[in-house]
Amino acid sequence: MAFAPSEEPVALKILVAGGFGVGKTTLVGAISEIRPLRTEEVLSDRGVGVDDVDGVEGKTTTTVAMDFGRITIREGLVVYLFGTPGQERFWFMWDELSYGALGAVVLADTRRLTDCFPSIDYFEQRGTPFIVAVNCFDGADKHEPDDVRVALDLDPEVPVLLCDVRRRASAKVVLVTLVEHALKTLTAAQSK
Amino acid sequence: MTEPQWLDEEAGPIVRPYALTGGRTRSSGDDFDLIALVTATDGQVKDDSGVGPEQRRILAITREPMSVADIASEIDLPLGVVRVLLGDLHDHELISVRPPAQVAPLPSAHILKEVINGLRAL
Repeated sequence: MAFAPSEEPVALKILVAGGFGVGKTTLVGAISEIRPLRTEEVLSDRGVGVDDVDGVEGKTTTTVAMDFGRITIREGLVVYLFGTPGQERFWFMWDELSYGALGAVVLADTRRLTDCFPSIDYFEQRGTPFIVAVNCFDGADKHEPDDVRVALDLDPEVPVLLCDVRRRASAKVVLVTLVEHALKTLTAAQSK
Repeated sequence: MTEPQWLDEEAGPIVRPYALTGGRTRSSGDDFDLIALVTATDGQVKDDSGVGPEQRRILAITREPMSVADIASEIDLPLGVVRVLLGDLHDHELISVRPPAQVAPLPSAHILKEVINGLRAL
């Protein structure tokens, strides 16, 4: 991405979190120019039990592919989207990913609602503004956002919305909701 | 196939991507944020600086500011490797690295409103 050298470029980071297979990659791809990004990481002891490394003795690192998307708002103002690796063994990457993040979208699937508990705990503890977007999968019962809020024990100010991450228009609403929430959080913090 | 080659008991086996970095997995580039902006300086690459082809590619694509994540994606190398390469370039004063604006404090309300309008217009 090229920025005009004359002005101060601004880069913002938004995280997309949630359980494995909840639609993080689809969301990033629906709204932004998605690009490959990988990192070589050391497998934790916990990961060794999960990954079958028999036959590749000595392999102590694993390649982690991250979803990485970019939305150019205008020249010199770019929003980056990072899908946080869902599996628990990649949690060591979250601190770096969330450092300086504007906010996070926690994607939820009502059939496996507990999968997003760790993400919610994490962002609550760090004070990162977040919203919960319930991805409406075909065949899943539709739930009202308020039911989801109760089930997740969310604070009243945390926005909850239904979405279909395959649709660009829906993905847009998700991101706009997050940035509006971040703006509200920022304004509230400044007026204290 | 013989036993994996060990540098020493502590270091563990060699991982191929890190061959580009002489086996180093840590450098002064470790702290570069994913969206920190990297720009090539006007510094000349000295013959004895050990700057390799990948680093020359980084210098070529950062004539205009580019984020660390974009660089890793563009040259198709793992982030850890890219950070080591960037650390070397920074040590040689061949690049400047600017942390993202929003790290502290948060971005201004003005910027966020612009982002909201920009997203709506997509």
